[in-house]
Amino acid sequence: MLKIRDLHAQIGARKILKGIDLEVGTGQVHAIMGPNGSGKSTLASVLAGRDGYEVTQGTVEYLGRDLLELEPEERARAGVFLAFQYPVEIPGVNNAYLLKAALNAVRKQRGESEVDAFEFLALVREKMKLMQMDESFLGRGVNEGFSGGEKKRNEILQMAVLEPRLALLDETDSGLDIDALRVVANGVNSLRSADRAIVMVTHYQRLLDYIEPDFVHVLSGGRILMSGDRTLALELERRGYDWVRQEAQVA
Amino acid sequence: MSSSTHDLDALIAQKYRHGFVTDIESDTVPPGLDEDVVRLISRKKGEPQFMLDWRLRAFRHWHTMREPDWAHLRIAPIDYQSISYYSAPKKKDGPKSLDEVDPKLLATYEKLGVPLHERARLAGVAVDAVFDSVSVATTFKEKLARAGVIFCPFSDAVRDHPALIEQYLGSVVPYTDNYFATLNSAVFSDGSFVYVPKGVRCPMELSTYFRINAANTGQFERTLIVADEGSHVSYLEGCTAPMRDENQLHAAVVELVALADADIKYSTVQNWYPGDEEGRGGIYNFVTKRGECRGANSHISWTQVETGSAITWKYPSCVLTGENSVGEFYSVALANHFQQADTGTKMIHIGRNTRSTIVSKGISAGRGQNTYRGLVKILPSADGARNYTQCDSLLMGDRCGAHTFPYMEIRNPGAVVEHEATTSRIADDQLFYCRSRGISEEDAVNMIVNGFCKAVFKELPMEFAVEAQNLLSVSLEGAVG
Repeated sequence: MLKIRDLHAQIGARKILKGIDLEVGTGQVHAIMGPNGSGKSTLASVLAGRDGYEVTQGTVEYLGRDLLELEPEERARAGVFLAFQYPVEIPGVNNAYLLKAALNAVRKQRGESEVDAFEFLALVREKMKLMQMDESFLGRGVNEGFSGGEKKRNEILQMAVLEPRLALLDETDSGLDIDALRVVANGVNSLRSADRAIVMVTHYQRLLDYIEPDFVHVLSGGRILMSGDRTLALELERRGYDWVRQEAQVA
Repeated sequence: MSSSTHDLDALIAQKYRHGFVTDIESDTVPPGLDEDVVRLISRKKGEPQFMLDWRLRAFRHWHTMREPDWAHLRIAPIDYQSISYYSAPKKKDGPKSLDEVDPKLLATYEKLGVPLHERARLAGVAVDAVFDSVSVATTFKEKLARAGVIFCPFSDAVRDHPALIEQYLGSVVPYTDNYFATLNSAVFSDGSFVYVPKGVRCPMELSTYFRINAANTGQFERTLIVADEGSHVSYLEGCTAPMRDENQLHAAVVELVALADADIKYSTVQNWYPGDEEGRGGIYNFVTKRGECRGANSHISWTQVETGSAITWKYPSCVLTGENSVGEFYSVALANHFQQADTGTKMIHIGRNTRSTIVSKGISAGRGQNTYRGLVKILPSADGARNYTQCDSLLMGDRCGAHTFPYMEIRNPGAVVEHEATTSRIADDQLFYCRSRGISEEDAVNMIVNGFCKAVFKELPMEFAVEAQNLLSVSLEGAVG
């Protein structure tokens, strides 16, 4: 589904990604771990098409297309979803309004009919139950005055409604207490399916206790230094990131 | 959203869609201004002596005044002698009914989205249409008459209801008020007059569409709305003009009088031609709007969406004389390309327990300059007066400007005055957030701007709210990216 080859990216003159190779297959869940400043969030941003990052080398192929050629909205309509580390507040713009517009943009691309207000409400209510969100949230401004936990829940709710093919979760666990983490993880797990891939970027392994990955990669200094299965994350937890760096040097 | 997204594409594809000229024979006096022109206008309208005397007093006073220069505006000099002060579509006698109105005129209003026949009937909105200087058609006259409501062209009112005109004209905006209002008092040609009698709730929304068509013509209309005790009226005003390279002057005066327990709601969607992207042409919109809450418990509410005009100089105000009276001002002002807006309000608290609310949303894009200028004045007599002001600015791009001049004159120690102000920029991360959800950049901008303006739009009557949103999206075309 997603093939990243020798990806280099920089912000201004600062080189951040220095040759990422990663292949994500349909139905798989990948976790990308790494210390602060290793380039995890940059990778997620480049894949979603955020401005300000310059790709200087390498390719990204998504469902057979050149992902880097597409505008952010085209990527979204093609099924790429980024759950933000810091979801943005948009005062005065109704949550339900944004979500319905997004859903219809995606559905249109898929050749499906647009949903009307009633269909939309029925759908979103069902998903909100899953995320244990109060209905009053629909009428509030996008992320306006939301707590950290509410913002993260909202991201996963959007993901549940939009049903992307490729979900990128950027530090979705940061700032969550244990109860909220469970709810969020529950939402993500409910979206695991054979035709969807999930890539989680995280600093801590605790998220992986709730969302079990098929593959774990360790990113450091803009490169993937080590890949493995679930046990790699536990090893990391025990031995720290320095261990990976030393191992990489030895190798 | 879906349908508005589609409409938006269509809307964005077009520019100023009201910029056409109607080829119609008109009766236009040669450019220039002296006492003879004032007399000529009065004579053409068959006015009584008191009206001519008032005009002449205003004209003589005007000569003693100077153009105001305190606004945060750059205005090319206006040559008052090169303007024609009267232009009317040619006709024999005034139209008795819509059937007698020139079909070309009706087609023009159709194009503007104001089909006088159908839409008015369907929407239950009574429409008065002012073309250049003269009111051409007023719909629903009879139904209103049955309720006792007078809604007619100003010149008809001078003829048919001289006592009301003599009593109320200039009672809120005297002819000495300011340079442009004084000029208007001397040369105003037409406008609308509304009188709602005691205890009557006006059975429909009243509406006037103003249109400047002729070249080198100033439009000086005058609107007077009197709501007698316990009455209620909602009034809508829309404005458009053709695209022309030269600037055209629009200096209107609107006076509102609310007697005890009366309620006036005045909504404007102003879409005069703003000039082109280089700042050539466009309307100079120098308007004096003021309402007086003359009686106890009266209520005046101004809502304006200002998207057009090269220059907007306008401060719809409330004089709160009656005890417990309430004044409100809700405004969205947009300045894109080279547009300049200096707009705001004055709330003058005189009576006890008077309250006022000001919500102003300024949007600046391109090289637009947007200024909020507001005065809250609380006189010693206004025990228990309260004001709340909220004043927000939204910037798009880095060549525009937002300026805020809130003046406060508090002469009663018991008054409660609150002021909140914010300035924000449409942030790249807000746009990216929307786009990463599949929403196009243009749609995202419109969504964010509409969210910003929500507190004002919800004050507009339904029909106008939709129009206002569409207008904003057209006016902001290309403002980002």
